[in-house]
Amino acid sequence: MSETRALYEQVILDHNKNPRNFRDMKDATKHVEGFNPLCGDHFTVYVKLDGNTISDVAFKGSGCAISKASASVMTTELKGKTREEAQAVFKRFHLMVTSPVDETVDEDALGKLQVFSGVREYPVRIKCATLAWHALMAALENKQELVTTEEQ
Amino acid sequence: MAVSPKERIAMPVAGRPPLDVERIRQDFPVLRVLQRGRPIAYLDNAATSQKPQQVIDAIYRYYSEQNANVHRGVHYLSQQATDLYEQARSKVAKFVGTTVGCEIVFTRGTTESINLVAHSYGRQHVKSGDEILISHMEHHSNIVPWQMLCEQTGAHLKVIPINDDGELLLDEFEKLLTPRTKIVSIVHVSNALGTINPVKYIVDKAHAAGAVVVVDGAQATPHLPVTVKELGCDFYALSGHKMYGPTGIGVLYGRAELLERMQPFQGGGDMILSVTFEKTTYNHHPFRFEAGTPHIEGAIGLGAAIDYLHAVGIEKIAAHEHDLLEYGTQRLLEVDGLRLIGTARVKAGVLGFTLASAHPHDVGQILDDQGVAVRAGHHCAQPVMQRFGVPATTRASFGMYNTREEIDRMVDGLHEVNRIFG
Ligand SMILES: Cc1ncc(COP(=O)(O)O)c(C=O)c1O
Repeated sequence: MSETRALYEQVILDHNKNPRNFRDMKDATKHVEGFNPLCGDHFTVYVKLDGNTISDVAFKGSGCAISKASASVMTTELKGKTREEAQAVFKRFHLMVTSPVDETVDEDALGKLQVFSGVREYPVRIKCATLAWHALMAALENKQELVTTEEQ
Repeated sequence: MAVSPKERIAMPVAGRPPLDVERIRQDFPVLRVLQRGRPIAYLDNAATSQKPQQVIDAIYRYYSEQNANVHRGVHYLSQQATDLYEQARSKVAKFVGTTVGCEIVFTRGTTESINLVAHSYGRQHVKSGDEILISHMEHHSNIVPWQMLCEQTGAHLKVIPINDDGELLLDEFEKLLTPRTKIVSIVHVSNALGTINPVKYIVDKAHAAGAVVVVDGAQATPHLPVTVKELGCDFYALSGHKMYGPTGIGVLYGRAELLERMQPFQGGGDMILSVTFEKTTYNHHPFRFEAGTPHIEGAIGLGAAIDYLHAVGIEKIAAHEHDLLEYGTQRLLEVDGLRLIGTARVKAGVLGFTLASAHPHDVGQILDDQGVAVRAGHHCAQPVMQRFGVPATTRASFGMYNTREEIDRMVDGLHEVNRIFG
């Protein structure tokens, strides 16, 4: 079991079971849907901006453990961050999940997000891990209301 | 005393001599591949089946001893390749139960076969206001071509509903049949639910209403005996790769009277009798529908797969898979939080399910870690997923080489999923 154990870290299992900020938001500044047509993962990400600061972020929807936990951890990591800070975190996160398996992960820079480093071994799961993030980034850039994994 | 999986395999099914599964497994080289030191339990046969050495050898032999283009050379090799290609057509004809070779058109697969009918028959016969009838359990390849035809012609697509077990509502079907119904296109065996549909019944009703019937046989031909002349259908589509043959080759059976009057599908070489810039005369069927150099090695490989199926015996295969279905159903129901999707009374060896604890994607991943290959997703049948209110299912689908022991490995893996996610 060791290998999938590494994918399904305890933190991921916990966030999958008890997702944080798993709710809709009536007064959101913007919401964007993220959809993976290949596996049906479907989330809506809500963000409230206070000036340039993310004062609240939440999500709803359904998907696999990786996509759900990733969305949940994302909300906890980005609340209170500025738009630019959030974009920088996403960049680091994206770089990590798409980096070669044998590359060491910068634990200090990534903090809790490093629990997702296991997806590097499972290329099809990278889209799961980044789905909600892409939706949030689209919301921050005030882009379209639906992002799908097949156009990234 | 507990019966070991090996002994269980050896138990005869209802008085029939059992399939010698261990012997059959020797013929499939992929089954010897090790994943982290263990053989792979390949339970994804509805996506594609593995290939026996006999099929691989036929393709190898073709390229090493017989290769040339067909229908055009006077030379020895071309004659030989043409003979082999046409022999394959005869094998297919016999396999699906027609004596008429020219009723067999080689295509790329079921998808192309259905598109051919929609294009060549549909555009000629379907007009604005007409109706095309499909069912709620169709694969996307038996939905989208008809939607496209409807868009082009102004016809309407109607859908036969299904019940909670995944069976067609035949009363509703009869209500939906009207004089406007021009085509009924129906799956023989559902890839997502396993349901075996009463094709003959549907054909009789549809014909009485004046409609032609197209059957999507992609999941039927590997698992049960099919005789088109008994079913009475007008068209029957199948894919080589799902019945132990190569990818890229499929078949459209069409009744000769219909094929004869149909317009070509694509234009090019082989489908013509004569070409001038002023006028082209099309070849007769089936060649009219096989433009360009065909998938020669594919047809030969499919012929070899059919020989293999005959040698093993399709009835024996059906019985063996039915045993796996019953055993698998009973074992799956032991798993906490498992919901079977597709519980028709008449079913082929397909087990689709969801687990309360985990998403199908995660289930598939954990099973893969155990060397158990299943499919997780919507199985190109999104309307089925919508009907059952699930985003996706995990699906195990059986072939002739599967064993009860492999089902046990899957069930162990599902308990592991529950331990991890519970
Ligand atoms: C029921 C059914 N119809 C049609 C198809 C399409 O077959 P192919 O992709 O070989 O054209 C499939 C294969 O997935 C199927 O299961």
